[in-house]
Amino acid sequence: MRNNLVTRRVGLVLVTIAVAAAGTAPFIAPHAVDEHFGGLLNAPPTIPRLIDADGSWHLPFIHRSNRVSQLEQRYEEDRSVRVPLVWLSRGRLVRSANEVDAPLLLLGADSYGRDVFARLVFGARISLGLAATAALGGMLIGASIGGLAGYYGGPMDEVLMRAADFVMVLPAMYVSLALRSVLPLVLGARDVFVLLAAIFAIVGAPSIARGVRAIVRSERRLEYAAAAQALGASDMRLLARHLLPAARGFLAVQITVLIPAFIVAEATLSYVGLGFPDEVASWGTMLHDASTNIRVFADFPWLLSPAAAMFLVVLGLNLVLQEDRRGDKTQTP
Amino acid sequence: MTRYIARRLAFSALLVVAVSSASLVLTRIAPGDYVIESTAGQASRLRIEKERARYGLDKSIGAQYRDWLAAAVRLDFGRSMQYDRPVRDLIPERAANTAILALTALLIATGVGLPLGIVAGSRRGGLVPGAIRSASVVLLSMPPLLTSLFLVFVAARTGWFPIAGMRSATIPAGGEVLDLLHHLVVPAAAIGLPLAAMLERLQAQAMSQAIGEPFVLATLARGVPRSRVVWRDALKAALRPVAAIYGLIVGALLSGSFAVEVISAWPGLGTLMLGALRTRDVYLVAGCAGAGALFLAFGTLVSDVALALVDPRVSETAAEGRAGA
Repeated sequence: MRNNLVTRRVGLVLVTIAVAAAGTAPFIAPHAVDEHFGGLLNAPPTIPRLIDADGSWHLPFIHRSNRVSQLEQRYEEDRSVRVPLVWLSRGRLVRSANEVDAPLLLLGADSYGRDVFARLVFGARISLGLAATAALGGMLIGASIGGLAGYYGGPMDEVLMRAADFVMVLPAMYVSLALRSVLPLVLGARDVFVLLAAIFAIVGAPSIARGVRAIVRSERRLEYAAAAQALGASDMRLLARHLLPAARGFLAVQITVLIPAFIVAEATLSYVGLGFPDEVASWGTMLHDASTNIRVFADFPWLLSPAAAMFLVVLGLNLVLQEDRRGDKTQTP
Repeated sequence: MTRYIARRLAFSALLVVAVSSASLVLTRIAPGDYVIESTAGQASRLRIEKERARYGLDKSIGAQYRDWLAAAVRLDFGRSMQYDRPVRDLIPERAANTAILALTALLIATGVGLPLGIVAGSRRGGLVPGAIRSASVVLLSMPPLLTSLFLVFVAARTGWFPIAGMRSATIPAGGEVLDLLHHLVVPAAAIGLPLAAMLERLQAQAMSQAIGEPFVLATLARGVPRSRVVWRDALKAALRPVAAIYGLIVGALLSGSFAVEVISAWPGLGTLMLGALRTRDVYLVAGCAGAGALFLAFGTLVSDVALALVDPRVSETAAEGRAGA
């Protein structure tokens, strides 16, 4: 059980880091999302160092990357010059002292010479923001449908639940894909955000509706519900104030299940070119940039950092969600 | 039982018709059509009108749907505009490719996940169950999109496995089948490993629950060896809840195979449908969606019937709560 507590805490830390990075993106990212470094296409990460070539210690510094081969886009560190890091200048947490020739690229540069780290933290805003918005939307839709169906029962319940079952049988990825592609293929970033959030919410709602319906149905039979009704509470008040709160735990779990699914769904749609437009930095579009030739991932592994970020966030959420499997009543003889 | 199967078959038919109809209508009402997308707005008005008439896009949605449905009853699903071939000829090959990929992935998931789950669930504490459990938690956080990117990365770095496509341009020594298997490794593992992790967790949970049952203790007390109790008696009780999940896995397999097909350029239904959706190739979209729905219906039907045979309680309650499981 103690083990579980530790892993859950690790999960919480991972999620907090991701959310904090997204929140403070303009401060911690050394560059803007669309800042190009023409001479540093696919440049490797610049590693902050403390010890120079002679073995003496300094405040954190980096080396400049010099292009060795333009064709292969290979770079080498210029060990002879130390470029110190400047803290808290121009509203950024940390920058290189020589931004023109030796920018600080913590996770390297992409094929347009843009800072992958900056795009990653700004992309977290879009990817995480979209997933959270969609999960909340799905929760609102699902809870209202499930609440009404469970409260009133009868033919409406029947129709709503059949419809929910039907959507749930379908593979979620294909439903999202089909719904997305029947909308205009080229859209602005804002429209894409709203549309994707709506689509994901619709796809995610049925499973929530089913669970909420079951909870409301069983709570409705309990004495406190009868008591509230006897005291003159209206249907809506009974539902919203007394019955739906019983589904709180269920809803919290569902949100933690939906958010990872939505993060990945956005990435998949953007990867195939049906998500955000290319100039927007999201974790999906970052992967999309490299998708024309899958081999670039092997040559420039730092381009996979959005995939790593996705993994860490999903892992974090999964660890938080982990239920106590040990220590319950089962016993191994 | 017969009534149960009949009801499930009716649902399957409804699923296929509803999904293909919905995708036809949705693609048709979507802004833009095949002629616009394929000519990129460069053609003259007259040519656009002519092309539209050729594909039947000048008819109203209702009329087009009616004609398509009438033809579909005679197993004519229209002509793909993009490939200029009947949809009926295009789909089977792609569907077979997806089936190969999905079945291999399912095989990997079952072959890896169930035994590990039995091992992890039958012991309490210890290094091996802990390691299995950690590996599962990690893999559960890597959906097929991420596993395939990771595996493609590893394969490209080491050169051990091909990273794209289904067959080599020239048939290498060892024959066609070996070449296909070689190409299958990366995409099938990408779909199969996260599923294996899910199955492992479920099996472990079911196993540890079964082992807590009094009958296991009784069998042990009679002096039956522990390994035999675990692998025979407890396993039998623990398989049922896991078998129930197979009906839901079919959807996950299809969803997962979409991302993997795109990343590793596997010529399956997913890539075909993506291309069709983007070019507004109406009949091909409907055909792909119908084929996918057929897969789904068939998979869930087989697993449900199998489950009902194993566990007679299911056929009574299944119609009510299957999808809610």
